[in-house]
Amino acid sequence: MSFLQNNIYYIGAFGLIMIGLLTVLVKHNLIKVIIGLSIMDTGINLFLIAIGYLRNGTAPIFSSPEVESILMVDPVPQALVLTAIVIGVAVLALALSLAIRLYKHFGTLDLHKIKELKW
Amino acid sequence: MKSVFSLILLVVLGAGVVFTLSSIPFGSTSSDVGEYYIDSGRADTGATNIVTSVVVGYRAFDTLGEVTVLFVAAIGLGAILAAGRENEEKKKAEWEPASLVLYTGCRFLFPLILLFGAYVFIHGHLTPGGGFQGGAVIASAFLMVYLGCRKKRISRTWARNTESISGLVFVVTGLTGLAVGGHYFLSNFLPEGTLNTLFSAGIIPIIYIAIGLKVGSELTGVIDDLIEESE
Repeated sequence: MSFLQNNIYYIGAFGLIMIGLLTVLVKHNLIKVIIGLSIMDTGINLFLIAIGYLRNGTAPIFSSPEVESILMVDPVPQALVLTAIVIGVAVLALALSLAIRLYKHFGTLDLHKIKELKW
Repeated sequence: MKSVFSLILLVVLGAGVVFTLSSIPFGSTSSDVGEYYIDSGRADTGATNIVTSVVVGYRAFDTLGEVTVLFVAAIGLGAILAAGRENEEKKKAEWEPASLVLYTGCRFLFPLILLFGAYVFIHGHLTPGGGFQGGAVIASAFLMVYLGCRKKRISRTWARNTESISGLVFVVTGLTGLAVGGHYFLSNFLPEGTLNTLFSAGIIPIIYIAIGLKVGSELTGVIDDLIEESE
């Protein structure tokens, strides 16, 4: 039980990554594959943030001059995730536009019916 | 067959992850570079938000790369959708107008959301937030206008000009830092001022305002492209 409590963020993050990966591998519908990619993206961001967490740490912001170097969480993963979220949105939109083009060309989103995309 | 294979792959991957992470306990370790940033971030960059001092201070060149990735993705989306639109007859779908509540709500909330987005990226070096978050907030305001006032469209030239000028401000600030201030791209050539005041941290607020406008106009352009496609 304490294992679960100690590692709940890791478990949640990798749960999301695994769910996303399974969706990408198994589903036939292109929109569902893109949703899986987005879930994986969220899981990876959550994992990076969880790595930088310190118990009882606060946000790495000195909001007033009186605040001195108390225990603060690691700022580096937060800086990485901050840009990764916005780029994730842009990449998601790019993938959706490709899906729109594929649908217009083949008339379907089923990856089994689009011969060139089968694996 | 394929799903069995995928499940086996996931189990192997999960076992590897558990094996690796069992030696990194949650919530007790911090990286050396992170501790260095917390200890000397204020003295080095003048920003009290350490995440900002990492994003726009220590790693500003990386951020320029990230902004470029965003730009390329937005351009690619526009190009892909425009290429498909050429050989198609224009049929205008009549959109059902939005309900009164949505219409009034979007007209009331639009300036407030814009103001909030501007606040978030102008105060990026003092409070939680920054250019990327503020830009996303601004794009959400435009998305709400597209949902509420269905006939309204932003001018694409305006959005494109905002995007180009703010991208140019970023690069020119970096080149000025290279020429005037120090020996590297994007070095801080403005006075750092007093901590915890709006006019502090040298070039960080300028760059964050540029990033905020750029991200906001880019995401608005993405929304506009996708909505135009559905018409």
